Amino acid sequence: MEFVVLFVTAAIVNNFVLHYFVGICPYVGVSKEVGAAASMGLAVIFVMTLAGIAGWLINNLVLMPLGLGILEYVSYVVVIASLVQLVELFLKKAIPALYRTLGIFLPLITSNCAILFLVLMLALEEYGFLESVFFSLGAGVGFTIAIVLMAGIREQLEQADIPRAFRGAAVTMAIAGIMALAFSGFAGLV
Amino acid sequence: MAQRSVRAFQTAALRNNPVFVQGLGLCPALAVTSTAVYGLSMGLATSFVVICAMTIATLLKRFVPDSVRIPVYAVVIATFVTIADQVMRAFFPDLSAALGPYVPLIVVNCMILGRVEAFARKNPVAPTIGDAVGTSVAFTGALVLLGAFRELLGQGNVFGVQVMGEAFEPLGIMGLPTGAFFGLAVLWALFNAARAQGKQQAVVRP
Repeated sequence: MEFVVLFVTAAIVNNFVLHYFVGICPYVGVSKEVGAAASMGLAVIFVMTLAGIAGWLINNLVLMPLGLGILEYVSYVVVIASLVQLVELFLKKAIPALYRTLGIFLPLITSNCAILFLVLMLALEEYGFLESVFFSLGAGVGFTIAIVLMAGIREQLEQADIPRAFRGAAVTMAIAGIMALAFSGFAGLV
Repeated sequence: MAQRSVRAFQTAALRNNPVFVQGLGLCPALAVTSTAVYGLSMGLATSFVVICAMTIATLLKRFVPDSVRIPVYAVVIATFVTIADQVMRAFFPDLSAALGPYVPLIVVNCMILGRVEAFARKNPVAPTIGDAVGTSVAFTGALVLLGAFRELLGQGNVFGVQVMGEAFEPLGIMGLPTGAFFGLAVLWALFNAARAQGKQQAVVRP
């Protein structure tokens, strides 16, 4: 039950995009069509879960016991960057079909602040291993929900007559604001 | 040399405004702008990292092979972020607590890696510093503007000083995530409108 609560918290109540504002770049950049948005979401779920596990292991098995907390940021960045590279190589060899779907999105994820934010959160909240796994999974699912919803709305907006100054990023921000308002209604859930 | 720095500064600050033109660094622009003071401190911390990291990157450009440059730059940036974070924790503990994990997130601010890749890697030191300062000023300016806008509507204050009269009813929503998105949308649209106006004038009197 506790794990379900963590999952729902990360996915919906404290949605990474709409509550913590991380991962905004892909949220604005890759939300023009539902298909691409879903692939991006899938890639993020995948990398986030792995990064959450890797970050937890680094923090709890290497940095904490050795008292190297000051190297936290440097080591997370290096671990995330190399993890994405590894995942890319592995998928290319092992599951080419999945690689073709996710391929171009994987390098983008390296610079996705949502991944680093997740790893920092896990360290900050001092989650245990299983808690970390569920929280990471929930965060990825939450990102996917947000980006797919946004892509659906933007597909409809293609036909709309938007004031010139609001076209592009500005209207995306306004929609995100309304979505954030809707999602804040879930606050009483947990 | 000074002239090239000045020109690089102008281009970086106005024509290529990182937030409103390129849409970079949006996470901190949304997350830590509930008041002008938070926006300013986040802007200054980011400026420190941008200026130091770009200077080091341009000095290192002859020694770093192309194939490993991204990890090298990432480590350089992360090092300066660690320094900024430690300094803030030591001297401004309240601010540090308020900004929380968004200070370490400067590491993945795509604006920084973007400027290093696009400018510092290809230019000598003087223009690079000009570009770094211009980027910093533009970014800090955008954050302070958004912070002041949200603070004004959300609390009736700017930099903690009461501006609105007694009759003003604060809009609590501007302090919430929704307010961040709305505030950025409005400022962005204003910036677009101003740019369109500027372009029109430029066409009229050539």
